[in-house]
Amino acid sequence: MCRLAAVTSQEYLSPMEVILALETMKEGHDGSGLGITMKDLGGEFEDFKKYPILSGICSKKGVYTLDEHMDKLGFKLLHVWAPKVKQMKGVKARDYYFARVYDYPDSYKYRPQKDKEDLLMTTRLSLRSLGERDESLFAFSFYPDVITLKEVGDPLQLGEFFGLDKDLVKARVVLGQGRQNTNYAIYLYACHPFFIQGFCTMTNGENTAFVPIREFLMSRGFPGYVGYNSDSEVFTHILHYTARQLGFPVTYYKDVITPLKGSEIERRDDRAALKLIRQSLRPLCIDGPNVVIGFTPDGACFMVHDAKKLRPGAVGGVNGKYALMSEECGLDSAVPKRDKSSDIFPMKYDMVIVTPQAKEVRLWNQLHGWTTTTSSH
Amino acid sequence: MEPAARLDHNHQLTLKEFPYIIRWRDDRCKRCGRCTAVCPVKAIVPTVKVQRVVRSEGPVPTPQASRAIIQVVEQVTDMERHCTGCGACSLVCPNEAIEPDFNFQNKFLHYKNKGGEGYKRGGRRNDPAISTLDRIKFTRISMLTDPALDAGRHEFRVRTLLGRILPPEELPLVVDNGKLLVGSATAKFVPPVREIFPIMIGSMSVGALSPPMWEGLAMGVAYLNEVEGLPVVMCTGEGGVPPRLLKSRFLKYFILQIASGYFGWDEIIHAMPHMVEDPAGIEIKYGQGAKPGDGGLLMAQKVLKLIAKIRGVPQFVDLSSPPTHQTKYSIEESVAKMIQSMSMAFGFRVPVYPKISGTKTARAVLNNLARNPFAAALSIDGEDGGTGAAYNVSMDKMGHPIASNIRECYLDLVKQGKQNELPLIAAGGVGKKGNLAANAAALIMLGASAVSIGKYVMQTAADCYGDEYNRCNICNTGKCPRGITTQDPKLYRRLDPDTVAERVVEVFKAADVELRKVFAPMGRSTELPIGMSDGLSIDDKAMAERLEISYAC
Repeated sequence: MCRLAAVTSQEYLSPMEVILALETMKEGHDGSGLGITMKDLGGEFEDFKKYPILSGICSKKGVYTLDEHMDKLGFKLLHVWAPKVKQMKGVKARDYYFARVYDYPDSYKYRPQKDKEDLLMTTRLSLRSLGERDESLFAFSFYPDVITLKEVGDPLQLGEFFGLDKDLVKARVVLGQGRQNTNYAIYLYACHPFFIQGFCTMTNGENTAFVPIREFLMSRGFPGYVGYNSDSEVFTHILHYTARQLGFPVTYYKDVITPLKGSEIERRDDRAALKLIRQSLRPLCIDGPNVVIGFTPDGACFMVHDAKKLRPGAVGGVNGKYALMSEECGLDSAVPKRDKSSDIFPMKYDMVIVTPQAKEVRLWNQLHGWTTTTSSH
Repeated sequence: MEPAARLDHNHQLTLKEFPYIIRWRDDRCKRCGRCTAVCPVKAIVPTVKVQRVVRSEGPVPTPQASRAIIQVVEQVTDMERHCTGCGACSLVCPNEAIEPDFNFQNKFLHYKNKGGEGYKRGGRRNDPAISTLDRIKFTRISMLTDPALDAGRHEFRVRTLLGRILPPEELPLVVDNGKLLVGSATAKFVPPVREIFPIMIGSMSVGALSPPMWEGLAMGVAYLNEVEGLPVVMCTGEGGVPPRLLKSRFLKYFILQIASGYFGWDEIIHAMPHMVEDPAGIEIKYGQGAKPGDGGLLMAQKVLKLIAKIRGVPQFVDLSSPPTHQTKYSIEESVAKMIQSMSMAFGFRVPVYPKISGTKTARAVLNNLARNPFAAALSIDGEDGGTGAAYNVSMDKMGHPIASNIRECYLDLVKQGKQNELPLIAAGGVGKKGNLAANAAALIMLGASAVSIGKYVMQTAADCYGDEYNRCNICNTGKCPRGITTQDPKLYRRLDPDTVAERVVEVFKAADVELRKVFAPMGRSTELPIGMSDGLSIDDKAMAERLEISYAC
């Protein structure tokens, strides 16, 4: 079972904090991979908030493919960040890890945000397909103010490998996953967190309903619903489909993946809508065991579970800094000075939402449809 | 020289040609005559023979031979009175002196065409081989990385949806203060959808079934819904519904069928103003898996007073529905019209769907329905489906197996992204070998939303003798020895409707538990695993390839 660590904060924080939290949960991951996604970036990226950042890995040959393709599309390179890689035993270094800031092609400068997002996504997918066969080019995310790093190996070693302990790259939201390889080959595209158009999630546990969900998403006619090297990628896409494509408020993500029983639906004000959603989105229902941690484009972080098997998950922190972890020891590492008695352990009906910059924690109860807001001091 | 008695006996049949040979034991038989009285086809007769009999009755063996006239039970060698192997004789015999044996060497079909008439029977395809459905195994077992659910402890929702489901993009929803509301401004038609148990009782008509059988099924279904909370629905078949039921609140558990003869619809239409509940659905029958291309057939001997009244016809006439709806000009136009007319008749509150027989052209029908927003489902009846009366050749040789037919239809819907919009109902041979839940689960995971059973429920709830060795299968004659498919009170009084109802309840409760026992280890409980094909394997590579599931051996 993979281990998940996310920290959201008012102050910029180093991704090492998340890696150290993962280290405390080491029994649960076998060092078969680390994925980090950072949002709301500080440091050298602070000046480029509006510009899309392409995160990925490429070989020497892949750099040419990348440059050529981006030129062809009209993207202009503004800034390049490459981690200062330190060779480590047990980590097989690839040629070039990068996060490149681009300016939009001229024809897109004044286009609406939705069009820009579509362009970024199709560009990422075309890069993926160019480099997928010979593994010369991996593209993980291409979106403003977001960086993704992924590699095979032990998380702590990889932190050092990428030089994150020394680098000044910082972010307000950091999601990290320490991978426990189970039934899929170690492949970078199978590595969490998964990202699509501002939505990002990571999950632990297998997804028994994977095939019908994949078929449903792939038949939506949306070009971004591809990949699925991991059965967990569908969680990100369900979120994207629910919130962006259908325009549902984010709490309905919970109603889609773990719909209430008929008798329970009757207790909610929005029962008429819920009944229709349960029917029309029936194939997106999951059966666990999963805990999903993610963020939405506005910078809010959330944690949600399946309704039966309940993988562990805990949320805790102080005003201005909250951590969402798959284990309590991760919380102790990320926010040691907090009131532990107000830690939240979400159960089957709960969805925890930490608002941007960790101002508030909202515990949304699916059964009643109400929200309990807390903010620690 | 010409012998006194001819020895060649040409054009007479030996018992070896017969499908069943009666084994009668002289030493056990007490000549009570029950077997010959009960035989529905008069295949056995009491008769006398002159025989040399050796007797010894004193304290010391003193055998004495004499010629005596003795009574025997004898099987006739007239193919029109062939033993059907039903075994009613064994059932009534007090001394276990008689039973039919299946004769693998029989040449029955060579001779069963007297008068130039092909062999007609009831039942289903005679093929005792293991069906594709029974070869499918559930191989994706949740273990440590993904703990299995507990079929006894966890909450399961073994339910499916019957009715056209709107695509999520078309839901009439508006966001208001962080909540979704059904927008009143949008005049979007939301089609009716029923939440039902995924195994339904398929269409068997009043008329084809005896009164106690139909009543037993109906009582069982009502009990399952009202007491057990299991929303099982039952299709009426073509031939109407008892008038009292039409006006009762139980109508909501029944799917009314309209077929090419429109039998019973005069009564239904007249009852509509008095209905207190809508029916569960309307099934328009275009075809039947057991006899594709044939219409329904109710033999004259079964058209008694009650049946004649419900169907609005004179008594004792053959009621054959045409092979196709006479108004049918093209699928685009008349099927759509029929679906719309039926929807309109019930105020667009009732799901209306067609039923076709399994065929290579099912996808063409499906694609047409996919474009019709009023089509509520498609029911496909495979070649292993049963019937009350048809030509043997239709039953044995016509039609399409259900497994690959349902799979290709589902995958076609997936391509169009409509797999959740138009439910597929699979039928034909579900539970043929008794594995009801396993067969149903396999079809669901291949892509069906629900399955229908017919023959299985007759066998399991009313002890129908029929099997795939052509046992009994005389439903068409009205002489059903179990009282299931007859209108003869002398026969149907053998069947107790309460017992049938009890069995129906037991069967569905058991199936509910067994479905959980299939889904729980696969880690599914909240929604039916429709199309979860990664959970299935089969022990034949060609079948695996055709069904797009894995091969396991």
